[in-house]
Amino acid sequence: MQENNYALQMQDITVEFPGVLANDHVSIDCKKGEVLGLLGENGAGKTTLMNVLYGLYPPTSGKILLGGNEVHISSPSEAIENGVGMVHQHFKLVDTLSVIENVILGIPSKKQRLDLEPAKKRLLELCKEYELYVDPDEIVWRLPVGKQQWVEILKALYRDCKVLVLDEPTAVLTPAESDQLCRAIRRITADGRSVVFISHKLREVIQITDRVTVIRDGKLIGTIDTKDATQIKLAEMMVGRPVTIVRKERPVFEDKKPILVMEGVSAKDDRGIQALKNLNLIVHSGEIVGLAGVDGNGQRELAECIVGLRKLTSGSITIKDKKVNNVIADPSFVGFIPEDRQKTGLVMDFSIADNMIIKDYQNEPFAQNKILRYKVIKKHARAMIRKYNVKSPSEDVKVRNLSGGNQQKVVIARELDPEPVLDIAAHPTRGLDLGAVTNVHDILLKERNRGAAVLFISAELQEVMALSDRIIVLFGGEIMGDLNGETADQQVIGQMMLGQPLEVQK
Amino acid sequence: MSFDIIVDWLQAALRWAAPLILVSIGEVYSERSGVINMGIEGIMLFGALSGVAVAFYTQSLLLALLITIVVGAILGLAVAYLTVSRRTNQVVTGLMINMVALGATDMIFALLSATRKARVATFPTIFPESMHNIPVIGKLLFAQPVSTWIALILPFIAGYILYKTKWGLNVRAVGDNPKAAATAGLSVIHIKYQTVILSGIFAAVGGCALTLGEVGYFSAGGMAAGRGFIVMAACVVAGWDPVRTALICIAFGAADTAQLRFQSITTVVPYQFLQMLPYIITIIALTIMVKRSRVPKTWGAPYDPKDV
Repeated sequence: MQENNYALQMQDITVEFPGVLANDHVSIDCKKGEVLGLLGENGAGKTTLMNVLYGLYPPTSGKILLGGNEVHISSPSEAIENGVGMVHQHFKLVDTLSVIENVILGIPSKKQRLDLEPAKKRLLELCKEYELYVDPDEIVWRLPVGKQQWVEILKALYRDCKVLVLDEPTAVLTPAESDQLCRAIRRITADGRSVVFISHKLREVIQITDRVTVIRDGKLIGTIDTKDATQIKLAEMMVGRPVTIVRKERPVFEDKKPILVMEGVSAKDDRGIQALKNLNLIVHSGEIVGLAGVDGNGQRELAECIVGLRKLTSGSITIKDKKVNNVIADPSFVGFIPEDRQKTGLVMDFSIADNMIIKDYQNEPFAQNKILRYKVIKKHARAMIRKYNVKSPSEDVKVRNLSGGNQQKVVIARELDPEPVLDIAAHPTRGLDLGAVTNVHDILLKERNRGAAVLFISAELQEVMALSDRIIVLFGGEIMGDLNGETADQQVIGQMMLGQPLEVQK
Repeated sequence: MSFDIIVDWLQAALRWAAPLILVSIGEVYSERSGVINMGIEGIMLFGALSGVAVAFYTQSLLLALLITIVVGAILGLAVAYLTVSRRTNQVVTGLMINMVALGATDMIFALLSATRKARVATFPTIFPESMHNIPVIGKLLFAQPVSTWIALILPFIAGYILYKTKWGLNVRAVGDNPKAAATAGLSVIHIKYQTVILSGIFAAVGGCALTLGEVGYFSAGGMAAGRGFIVMAACVVAGWDPVRTALICIAFGAADTAQLRFQSITTVVPYQFLQMLPYIITIIALTIMVKRSRVPKTWGAPYDPKDV
């Protein structure tokens, strides 16, 4: 009767998409009351595996056991009936409906009339039990994303799930909310429920899980007890080679020239609120200036001002002595990796080849007499795919079908290959897995060593410190201080990120 | 004297609006679930014809109504199969259905030669004759045929179902976020089929109300005369709320019957201009109201269940 210790067993699951083996004989199991980490890089097949469990894809082969009994799940409603709950990475909430309406949506009942009061009562009990508080009557779109996450979890608990799958749940949470989630997960497992925690963030996996299963390229790499795991060991299993983020050696340039010069720059955000206040900043050739700070302190507006996408309310910006008045669409002048690659950086339904020339399509050699020359365009794309190691069967593949890391490679190839004098990289590693992150770091360092001025915007302090020659901290649209990257102290930067200017600290 | 004109006018407006309101109820559900059934204009024609034809051959208005419901359901099913299962473009599909309906109803009408000059009994009034003579409301309400009464009551029931029942919640969820509805365990396809079939039924019944509620005969050459499109506009202006959509339909009826009356009074303004007026008002209303109106998030977009 040992079988019954397991809430969930997935055995030899294989999922084949046209041309891709998304899961190749993957087996996982999760005991009752256990948190199982499912770790793997983006595109490794974690989400596919869980979608099989939730009845969204039929597996090509393999079987699923819940509580020791084999089940066939071919739709989400069957998954729910079998006690599987799932919080998708991209929330599945109807944001025009209220919290309680979302919670009860799809629950079968004989009564046709909507009677929300008992449901609200039950929901509030759950809120209290797991300390995930939400107002049942609030319309979902009004809620911050963190609260929407709570709604998703409560929705699954309301359906009395035995196995709760959380797909990258902390991606949208603040550190405080992540801690709250941790506590909630402890309570959920204390009830005898099991949690499958999907992530590629090592620190969290070690903090939250009891065991970890690692998947790479659709294959099972192994399962280990978390108490025996270290970040370095897990990273190696995940990527397949040793990885660490360490500060890399770099040559020092003597004749640094100022490239980006911002003087007294002020600008407003989309809502018309002051986002940048009288900001002065110089970025020289051959240096990486890391822009640290909690998200939403003017980073986005700063980047947009530099490339001419946002109007200044006062001040001036020059790049290599040329004043910025209009949108800069010349990648041989400024390379811009926008923070939202899917919306701003790429046209998702265009092919890789088309995305590669999106800023250059009017120019020789890609066009001649206003006619696109696809032979040249495709040849260029193939060369870029090779050079930047984009994983794709051909240049005709839609960018939508690439993993996040490979999408970013397309943006980087387009923006940085023409060797711009200034690189603006806004959160270039966000949402990427470890292998892809080090790849981006290497490219930016290479850019610097080529002599480009690099402005590197990131909210991850660790990588800012590893990569930057100088570190600037932005808070409330103002610069809190300018530090040497070699000697900067994490504590000091942390204080600056919370709004303590450097002078005050000293 | 002038007071009588106003009562007359309003009575005509209600009578004019009743078929539109009936059509709009189904269309609101269909569009709320994300499917624009643009074929309602054509389905109205089928309903108008089937009502008259069945009433003529069987002399039974009830049977005429029942057959019309069946006709509407079949046409709604066709639209649902095309737009939901086959994921055809909803606008083009609707236009084609309207074209086919125009030809098909005229052809069937010609074949049923006996019905050509037929006049059939229209829907009765439900209140006794004596009540028709009550000042103002007698004429305005009690003298109206049963179809107008149904059109005045149904929007409230439709609103209740949309906002206060499980099925209504499902419809709203499916139109705003079908993927969320599917992961919550609903069958998006089934719900869309239900609403589209419903829009077919109501479009046919609305067409039937056009012939059997008012004139008692069918006339070839497209007697729906763009009413189906006006219903679609009304849905947008009213933000896909059944009661408000009905009010917009009545307002439109008032505008159209007013211009008819102006035509008889004045010869200075060309009648063609007066005929345009209700449509111009619609366009103005659309421009003003469109921002306030909340569009179902996947309005008109095909849904692929495999697309997770």
